[in-house]
Amino acid sequence: MSVEVVELTPIERDAFAEIANMGVARAATSLRQMLGEQVLLSVPAVHIVTREVAAELVERDNSSKLVAVQQSFEGPFSGRALLIFPEAQSLELVRSIVGADQSLEDVIDLEQEALAETGNVILNACLATIANVLRKSMRMSLPTIIRGDGATLFAQPLGGGNLVLFLYIDFTIKSRGMRGFIALLMDLPSIAALKEIVQDFIEKVER
Amino acid sequence: MQCKVLVVDDSKLARMVMASAFRRLRPDWQLVEATGAGDALEAVRAAGVDIALIDFNMPGVDGLELVANIRASKPVMPIALVSANLQDEIIARARELKAAFIPKPLTDEALGAFLSGAIMRLKKESNER
Repeated sequence: MSVEVVELTPIERDAFAEIANMGVARAATSLRQMLGEQVLLSVPAVHIVTREVAAELVERDNSSKLVAVQQSFEGPFSGRALLIFPEAQSLELVRSIVGADQSLEDVIDLEQEALAETGNVILNACLATIANVLRKSMRMSLPTIIRGDGATLFAQPLGGGNLVLFLYIDFTIKSRGMRGFIALLMDLPSIAALKEIVQDFIEKVER
Repeated sequence: MQCKVLVVDDSKLARMVMASAFRRLRPDWQLVEATGAGDALEAVRAAGVDIALIDFNMPGVDGLELVANIRASKPVMPIALVSANLQDEIIARARELKAAFIPKPLTDEALGAFLSGAIMRLKKESNER
């Protein structure tokens, strides 16, 4: 199913997964603090795939109606980080964070802002950890909210290639029956840059 | 005091980072690496391990289940769970299992502090015997 044109060596794949895992684990810690309930994480998946395949991967076992908070990051490598969950759970997530005593109207009013703020905290925790591990600084954009299917979420920006590095981990909040993804998406030039940075990192570790 | 340390992590990079920290902190200690619960339990049984450092998020059996498993046969072995997942439930469960918690990204300070404590406990235990 995956179209792996750009090769990742086993150690590169391992390193990408481990670094993403640290980022997402810190993000889950932030989400736990906001929700007051434990967030379970899967082990990370690393793929170099087309945007279409990435879209299929997030839609699998999910409805195709998704909502995502996304932030772009720029630095030695650039890309997008997304917090994704089924749209039907969006109000429940907001309610979990702002408190059950809010009326439905208030929750609906707050939805956009609360999602953006939640995404901002969680994605920053993830990206800042990755930046710190690699000792690189990254600029992060303000969060935006996207609604739609997987293809909408991963739509090709102007001039971007179709193959992407797609790292994702799914999370579950058992007590609320909620689940979602944290995904990182990078294009080919960024994959090359990231490979070099990871290679440097590995050399330093081996010394 | 020289110790044999079991390092359990499914990520090779993570094991390399750990080995690198040991080269700085305790260069004369022996490391035994395992990629998952099966290898780890085998090493505990066969290799005479003194201390264990265990990743939390691994495919199959997670780090906390593995700690519980090791505890059944090694009630006092110094063990640390190593993870970037700092959620209260995970740290609390580690504590219940009498395991320390070391955050990822790993620092020499955090690992060094755990190892110093572990040596004291191992010495105390061997004096009591």
